[in-house]
Amino acid sequence: MSTPASTLEPGPVDPDTQGVAVTTAQGAPRGVLRRRRWTMWWFVLPAALYMLAFFAVPVVNNITTSFREYTTATFYTGEAPFVGFANYVDVVTSRTFGRITFNTAIFTLVSLAATFVIGLALAVYFNAHFRLNAVLRSLVLLPWLLPLIISSAVWRRMMEGTSGVLNELLGLVGLGAVPWLTDPSVALYSVIIVNVWVGIPFVMVILYGGLQEIPQDLYEAASLDGATGARAFRRITWPLLRPVVVIVLMLGFIYTIRVLDIVLALTGGGPAGASDTYATQAYQLSFRDFQFGTGAALSNILIVVTLLVAAVQLRANRRASDLAG
Amino acid sequence: MSALRTAFGVVIVAVLLFPVYWMVNTSLQGSENLLSTQWFPFQVDLGGYREAIDSQLGNLGTSLVIAVGAVLVCLAVSAPAAYGLSRTALPLPGGAALLTLLVITQMIPGIVIANGLYSLYNDVGLIDSRIGLILADASLGVPFCILLMRSFMTNIPSSLIEAAKIDGASELRLFWSIVLPLSRNALVTAAVFAFLFAWSDFLFALTLTTGQDVVPITLSMYTFIGAHTQSWAALMATATIASIPAAALLVVAQRYIAAGVTGGAVK
Repeated sequence: MSTPASTLEPGPVDPDTQGVAVTTAQGAPRGVLRRRRWTMWWFVLPAALYMLAFFAVPVVNNITTSFREYTTATFYTGEAPFVGFANYVDVVTSRTFGRITFNTAIFTLVSLAATFVIGLALAVYFNAHFRLNAVLRSLVLLPWLLPLIISSAVWRRMMEGTSGVLNELLGLVGLGAVPWLTDPSVALYSVIIVNVWVGIPFVMVILYGGLQEIPQDLYEAASLDGATGARAFRRITWPLLRPVVVIVLMLGFIYTIRVLDIVLALTGGGPAGASDTYATQAYQLSFRDFQFGTGAALSNILIVVTLLVAAVQLRANRRASDLAG
Repeated sequence: MSALRTAFGVVIVAVLLFPVYWMVNTSLQGSENLLSTQWFPFQVDLGGYREAIDSQLGNLGTSLVIAVGAVLVCLAVSAPAAYGLSRTALPLPGGAALLTLLVITQMIPGIVIANGLYSLYNDVGLIDSRIGLILADASLGVPFCILLMRSFMTNIPSSLIEAAKIDGASELRLFWSIVLPLSRNALVTAAVFAFLFAWSDFLFALTLTTGQDVVPITLSMYTFIGAHTQSWAALMATATIASIPAAALLVVAQRYIAAGVTGGAVK
């Protein structure tokens, strides 16, 4: 998108001429038109200031914090000496960094893969005419609309050691009980299960929207050539759905890597740090240990990873569609 | 064939919604907690609800006040901005950059904002205040609402706006008496989502309060879980009550919700 040349000129809005500028309407000389453009900034100004206070300032604050050393004494003395990259070095060389990196990767990738496959299957299933389709589809949305703390509380009850209903169900089919939340080798996957459950509706709704956009007569033409079922899916559905798939995966990644509520409420990152991720560890450092410097450093690493992966995804997609187109 | 599809569709939805059933089922099985919950609430015992209302009514009220406040702030900030950014005939200087920034803000993890806001709130005394949480929770909705309403407002025929302008209406008047009424659906969708975002907020409640004076329901439930409570019926009754807004909105505003999930994300 290109911005008009006049935008480069600094020109503060003059509230007194605002009404005049507007009523002159069409055929207005260039200067008036320019003033009208600037007039529109009054509508955007509150939002711009708000975004400044609630996004820009916190992000900048987080960056400066990450270069300073905070201790509990800072609250009384107000002194937080500049320490350069020391906080980043501390975070990256800490004993737990390898583990939380691994956990974050597993949590994000397995969640995303499972959510995507199930969401796609459901979208394809519901992309057909049958009775109650619309009602059922909207019911599927419910898990996504519930506050995450509620979903986590319910799943925690269901995964509870002896009396949880999941283990009862496993018992019914003759399987042994699983220590869902108490075994360090299982806890992370239990958290993933809940995260997948929460994310399925989102993926399904967006992919369903994408499927609805594919013209039906393409399938009719293909079926004349003998392409139906899996073949039609591979030849028609998948290529045409691709742009939507890219968006779903990118948003899914962004929303998954930052997940905090579910982990905190289910396991608190435990047992013994087995389900700790960047997000939970950043929370722990800042708000439990009051190590605001290292907490900020870790959460900045989280931003960088998020933006990098999003950029790589977008780029890869652009290249792929260039090749295809 | 169609009947079979419907039947299997019902099974899928039943499996997906089982946790929701289990929440309601557990909530109805009394505060005298049994070791294991029965499969069906044959003997309905509302003890859990009594306990939930006794101890959580205030926190539910706090959440309601905060969520409604956040909706008002969010709409007041987003609706004019959406209008300002929607006039493609009158492109806003720097408007394109602002739109890009809006998309980027959605990539910033909440913990970063919480981290950065904490010291700011500490300095201006907004920790432990309803106003503080209202302002912070509104941020969960502002970028989404601007993008959603803007994409709606760009579709308002410019002839309508130009006609009013010839009649001498000011930009403010145009916005208030033509654009806003025409954008009713988009406003409702934005409000619904802003409400849900704020009602569900846990991170700001956790980090920007000390958990004593101002306790939204999500924070209270989290403390409840952490206390290794044995009273699951009361916790699930609280959860059921706190789910009502989501469930009600699904019933009342269903078409807006489907539009919102895709509209804000894809467009």
